[in-house]
Amino acid sequence: MRDLKIAKTDWAKGVEKLFGPYRVFGPKKEGLFHNFARLEKGEAPDFSCKNTRLSAKGLIYPQTEKMFEYTLDPNKPDHHVHKEPVKDYSPMAVLGIRPCDAKAFTLVKLNFDTPEYKDPYWIKNYAAATFVGLACDAPCHACFCTSAGTGPYDTAGLDVLLADAGDFFLAKVLTEKGEKLVAAAGWAGAGDAGAFEAKAKAAGDKVVSKVNTAKLAGKVTNDLHAAPFWEDLAFACINCGTCTYLCPTCWCFDIQDEVCGTEGCRLKNWDSCMYPLFTMHGTGHNPRGEKAQRVRQRFMHKLKYFVDKYGAGIHCVGCGRCVTACPVNIDIRRVAEIMNGYEPGKDCAV
Amino acid sequence: MNAMTDKIRQIARRLLEEGKVDMVVGFRKGTVPMMSEPCFIKDSARVDALVWDGNCGINLANYLTRRKERMAVVAKGCDTRNIVTHIIENQIRREQVYIIGVPCQGMIDKRKVKNLADGEVLSVEEKDGKVVVTAGGGEKSFDRTALLQDNCAICHHKNPALSDELAGELVRENPDVDRYEDVRKVEAMGAAEKWKFFDELLSTCIRCYACRNACPLCYCPTCFVDESKPQWVGKGQDPTDTRTFHFLRAFHCAGRCTDCGSCERACPMGIPVRQFTKKLEKDAKELFGWEAGMTLDARPPLDTFRPDDPGAFIK
Repeated sequence: MRDLKIAKTDWAKGVEKLFGPYRVFGPKKEGLFHNFARLEKGEAPDFSCKNTRLSAKGLIYPQTEKMFEYTLDPNKPDHHVHKEPVKDYSPMAVLGIRPCDAKAFTLVKLNFDTPEYKDPYWIKNYAAATFVGLACDAPCHACFCTSAGTGPYDTAGLDVLLADAGDFFLAKVLTEKGEKLVAAAGWAGAGDAGAFEAKAKAAGDKVVSKVNTAKLAGKVTNDLHAAPFWEDLAFACINCGTCTYLCPTCWCFDIQDEVCGTEGCRLKNWDSCMYPLFTMHGTGHNPRGEKAQRVRQRFMHKLKYFVDKYGAGIHCVGCGRCVTACPVNIDIRRVAEIMNGYEPGKDCAV
Repeated sequence: MNAMTDKIRQIARRLLEEGKVDMVVGFRKGTVPMMSEPCFIKDSARVDALVWDGNCGINLANYLTRRKERMAVVAKGCDTRNIVTHIIENQIRREQVYIIGVPCQGMIDKRKVKNLADGEVLSVEEKDGKVVVTAGGGEKSFDRTALLQDNCAICHHKNPALSDELAGELVRENPDVDRYEDVRKVEAMGAAEKWKFFDELLSTCIRCYACRNACPLCYCPTCFVDESKPQWVGKGQDPTDTRTFHFLRAFHCAGRCTDCGSCERACPMGIPVRQFTKKLEKDAKELFGWEAGMTLDARPPLDTFRPDDPGAFIK
């Protein structure tokens, strides 16, 4: 790890140089909101937004991804053979990802890249990416990253971390991938580790939203599952997929075949545990047929099952997207507090 | 606390204490600025959780179906029209709901506020027709009318169409408002231009179905997009499938939509999905003289046939 100082003029010139060796992605305003998008040469990543509306998840794990193609036409020599579609796994530079989103990839990795199971699409995309983070000096009021195992200057999952210091960026080069990227961009000025640390400390203090999660691991799963507060917490939910689709850590997907005539492909699409179809059995039976069961599942997964299974904290990085975008104000911070404080038999004020 | 909130609490307390209803469906204060959360109250000791303000834009008619309880519901003009629609579509029984009608001054558009505020919005207070927005960069005051949701700005049924009790004085309606300026613009476009307009409109859609699920009209046990035998629509991000979902959903709302704006309010991407439903609302009005949810005593045009129904579209 080493420190760099990059004047903003050198930053712009360096970004220009990345087009070519890298496919470049960064925040871009589309409609009302910023989202990560592929940038064309001449375009600069727009760092004016606090965070993108959708997380950076889709860069590595697209909402719809083709797994393979096939033909059912017996006259074709390769009929009924799975064919890998042509995909671009060349190096990608992701500029301006917030530390929460980068940390989220390390949690998602626990699911997609295990000794037992490997999702080849996710793994290849992730391996192709170099993440240049942008530290948060002005965290949003709904952000609670410091309660979720990360923070505005967290380096987890990042290759480079930038801190905006006015006319220049202070940067930390964190990995070999990061070294390659800064070399390609030509950024080499020596940095100031002390100034970086001071900014990091100041930013951490600005995260005002705190959530207690320490007791979750010690709770009895069945007590939480049977707790009386779910009906109240779930009442407002309309069972849309906003929270799960905006979430950087939600990883569930659905597999669909789409066939037109004799030509077909298999797709991996984001799915959501909020949808009744998510658990619908072929028999017609649905083990989570009621809204309250689905809402409970989402929070139990994020705040209890994941905690117990991986010992890596909660399945949440505190980015606050679900908090601000939920159409009916179901707030994971409130749910976490209620779960964390719940004692069976005691009245739980909701 | 405002007078409306006070009155709603009084009514709710009385109804629960008298055992007239099992629960009251209303709003409680949200955890973030410009959000109130739909909630239910079963215990009269807890009615003080109920609030009423300009952030109660979600349509509570959506929370009444498939329930066994006798319910009181806090309902603004459009909500009551959707309750009427539920009743005539046999989704709820009239005697199952006690309607606490709220004459409505319109709901605040949180996206407009966010665009106009100086930095991140920290708090929003309504007082005397003004809205004071405190943001990271300082405080600003706006006329309430400048911050209304688009559908509220052109609302002409602010007062309840059906209620058992009012929580406030009736407000002045605006019957002459031009509701369809935007629809006429789209109607005037050529086919290619229309196609482009709709494509761009839907380009950021993530198929989360917040619009559908916030809509009281969308109560089908299985939505056509979720059916698998036959599968009408692909489930990926192919623009054809996204368009199919939005177009068909809008057609299913023809003659039923009250323009409550819940769909737009719920959309996490800020897509103006009312552009579809409004065209059908306009058609229902022009072709059949019909406005949804205004009466329990007439059948909607799409579930009746009259020999003189307009048929100019049959060529």
